[in-house]
Amino acid sequence: MEFRYLPMTADDKSEMLSKIGVTSTEELFSDIPSSVRLTKELDLKIPKSEAELMKELSLLAKQNITVKSHTSFLGAGVYDHHIPSIVDHIISRSEFYTAYTPYQPEISQGELQAIFEFQTMICELTGMEVANSSMYDGGTALAEAANLSAAQTKRKKILVSKTVHPESRAVIHSYAKGQGIEVIEIDHANGITNLELLREQLSDEIASVVIQYPNFFGQIEPLADIQKIVADSKTMFVVSSNPLALGYLTPPGEFGADIVVGDTQVFGIPAQFGGPHCGYFATTKKLMRKVPGRLVGQTVDENGKRGFVLTLQAREQHIRRDKATSNICSNQALNALASSVAMSSIGKQGMKKMAWLNMQKTHYMKKMLTDKGIRVVFSGPMFNELVIDIGKSVTKLNQVLLTKGFIGGYDLEKSYSELTGYMLVAVTEIRTKAEIDTFVEEVGALID
Amino acid sequence: MTNQDFPLIFEHSKAGRTSYSLPELDTPEFDLTETVGSDYVRKSEPELPELSELQIIRHYTGLSRRNYGVDSGFYPLGSCTMKYNPKINEDVARLEGFSHIHPYQPESTVQGALEVMYDLQQSLAEITGMFEVSLQPAAGAHGEWTGLMMIRAFHEANGDFNRTKVIVPDSAHGTNPASATVAGFESVTVKTNERGLVDLEDLRRVVGADTAALMLTNPNTLGLFEEEIMEMAKIVHQAGGRLYYDGANLNAIMGYTRPGDMGFDVVHLNLHKTFTGPHGGGGPGSGPVGVSKELAPYLPKPVLLKKEGQYVFEYDRPNSIGRVKPFYGNFGINLRAYTYIRTMGAEGLKKVSEYAVLNANYMMRSLQATYELPYTQHCKHEFVLSGKKQKKLGVRTLDIAKRLLDYGYHPPTIYFPLNVEEAMMVEPTETEAKETLDGFIETMIEIANDAEKNPEIVQDAPHTTIVKRMDEATAARKPVLRYTKKD
Repeated sequence: MEFRYLPMTADDKSEMLSKIGVTSTEELFSDIPSSVRLTKELDLKIPKSEAELMKELSLLAKQNITVKSHTSFLGAGVYDHHIPSIVDHIISRSEFYTAYTPYQPEISQGELQAIFEFQTMICELTGMEVANSSMYDGGTALAEAANLSAAQTKRKKILVSKTVHPESRAVIHSYAKGQGIEVIEIDHANGITNLELLREQLSDEIASVVIQYPNFFGQIEPLADIQKIVADSKTMFVVSSNPLALGYLTPPGEFGADIVVGDTQVFGIPAQFGGPHCGYFATTKKLMRKVPGRLVGQTVDENGKRGFVLTLQAREQHIRRDKATSNICSNQALNALASSVAMSSIGKQGMKKMAWLNMQKTHYMKKMLTDKGIRVVFSGPMFNELVIDIGKSVTKLNQVLLTKGFIGGYDLEKSYSELTGYMLVAVTEIRTKAEIDTFVEEVGALID
Repeated sequence: MTNQDFPLIFEHSKAGRTSYSLPELDTPEFDLTETVGSDYVRKSEPELPELSELQIIRHYTGLSRRNYGVDSGFYPLGSCTMKYNPKINEDVARLEGFSHIHPYQPESTVQGALEVMYDLQQSLAEITGMFEVSLQPAAGAHGEWTGLMMIRAFHEANGDFNRTKVIVPDSAHGTNPASATVAGFESVTVKTNERGLVDLEDLRRVVGADTAALMLTNPNTLGLFEEEIMEMAKIVHQAGGRLYYDGANLNAIMGYTRPGDMGFDVVHLNLHKTFTGPHGGGGPGSGPVGVSKELAPYLPKPVLLKKEGQYVFEYDRPNSIGRVKPFYGNFGINLRAYTYIRTMGAEGLKKVSEYAVLNANYMMRSLQATYELPYTQHCKHEFVLSGKKQKKLGVRTLDIAKRLLDYGYHPPTIYFPLNVEEAMMVEPTETEAKETLDGFIETMIEIANDAEKNPEIVQDAPHTTIVKRMDEATAARKPVLRYTKKD
């Protein structure tokens, strides 16, 4: 069988073997002991031609219902926003997507500058002084932030609000185990962090307080109040934020956050079944030399011309090995580029408008639900998600909604046993009035 | 590449210019300031770009022309497996049925996606000889940490809390010791012998009742196969430790041998290396882990299973180390790897390793008279040269790397592994044609000749790039990590 990615010809092979001084490629593998040699062919499906494989995989793809084939009100950390057409055109330029990490700055100025611009945009949105080049996703970025807070304060306990995304909390627990950090979860009250419990749990043993803003229920956590509670101690204030919300909301940096993290999936990255998305990590100048992952800095070349390089690498694993601030190596560079293009397209004017549209439509949804007699559970201010009381199995209701052309909201019972029968509904700027009205009608009819 | 100064996107912004396309509000307007409270309404807008769509396109097109990828030219960056990134992979990843599915959709609505994941798990288990595979880790280092956390959970489940050390060869990737630290272990280094392989005597010396694991890349970072692997496995297992396989170099051995057959207990793979997920300028990657039957209970959850013809996630895994990442891994990258495996099959993947090894040996033998070759046995998919001879002439490995830029090549990995002086680590990969290899070999010989006769041209390189060597010291001493708008 011929393989189009392999240019070796019979002539090439014999010339090369003769240069090496062997008669067969087998001899080059003679250092693999016979006891571990594979004596059979790997048991894999037989190779397919491009056309055959494309047909087969297209059919598999068609088996899936999508957020485009159906009208989706599902969010819970992954959102269906408009992706500007230009995003995919830019990230499909192979000078970007077939490049490695920009270790040779002279031929990587494009990538380096794009990352420098990404870092700037994240600083602008979050109100922080420093941002890195990206993390795997919002969840692992938050876990790295928790670890950093423990290392920085030399304390071994962190307080995490239960209104933080359940899967991010799960990842925090996994990372904390490695570092021997105790994670104490703070319960919620009326949809936001229970501030009384938070106050009770704070002590000089706590490395950080971890809050999500807007939180998992879509509620806008009162960061000003939390800042006051945390302010008197050495305890660090870590905030996970949907960066789109920060187009309208006061950024965490203005509430004294030490570290702000989140996911830029909302900017130009499709849901793609949960990954790859793109984590961001922003902090203060004070913590600049403790940041995990890569940082791009501005400098000049020998002729004084401006250029960009990977910098402060003494933090990183390839230099510091076991003393590195994190083990991260690969990050999400191409997705950071996608988000940069999307943020540039949305722009200074559009960012506020897009966030505002999300909020307006969610508020309209709330009014329609309330008018219909469906209880919207939490009464505080919200961004683009709200919780409704279905009074019966959300998962079963969603099965029926599918037949009506809707992907329903997230079943909160999956992560909160006390919220059985509660659905988390997301409304983005691309949902129309007609779609919202029909959804409310259908849900209303189904729970009567 | 162009030669002009290139403004930042913020520097050609103009107040009031827009590029966004958002729908008009079609619902009644609410007073949000009132509901949110004025403290929570942003006072000043973020300084994001203000450009038209064409201006944005020109900006990023310009940036792309100031960059270099595998599609631009030869990229023999050792340890990184910079092979061709097939275009069908990109098309498959963009199919609506894969790119626009939400991770919380009911399982019944994503069976096509789950089938791909399940089949990929099975394929990777077969290629590595492991019992079960999880696709959850996002990248190689993430897989390393996941694997070590599983080994830790395994020891703890046996009531063994004193295994605090992870043994790492001195030639190992930096992520190995860093991952050990993040997983709460202390790293211990084992030496390399005069043949470039793990020194068994030293391994016997460092192994003990406190050994949690040995992390090993095989072939190792010198591109050499650890021939004594079975003896090493015996030494570590007899001491009660477990063997961890860093899959960065799997491209050398597919179809020839398998980590599972060599005695490894945990394996991670870099799907963005061996299995053609593109590197993307630094990511995203994907770092699945495979385990032996003994360690399977500790896999991250949920675990994807096939039950009665349906694909389902199993969450009830009481011994699992938990989640290492939200959702189910970097699905988009896993799709690309799956497409590649289905394109190549068993026959193709074995040829991949055969030709990767043939190409590397051909280059090594063609360059060994010019550059010092510290380890002379056949290599696998990559080899390491030393620039010692040239250093005596005042030309450092860094200079050679920079000179290669003038010829339109991406240089090899330099100054790694750490145990070779003035190291140059060359990995051609199987997707490069002999003519490309010959061109590079010729250039390397020419640079070595210049180092003798005309060293300045090498020392002052690069001469043709848009920027010259950068002042990295100032970048680190006085960091400028973002643009600030001038008033």
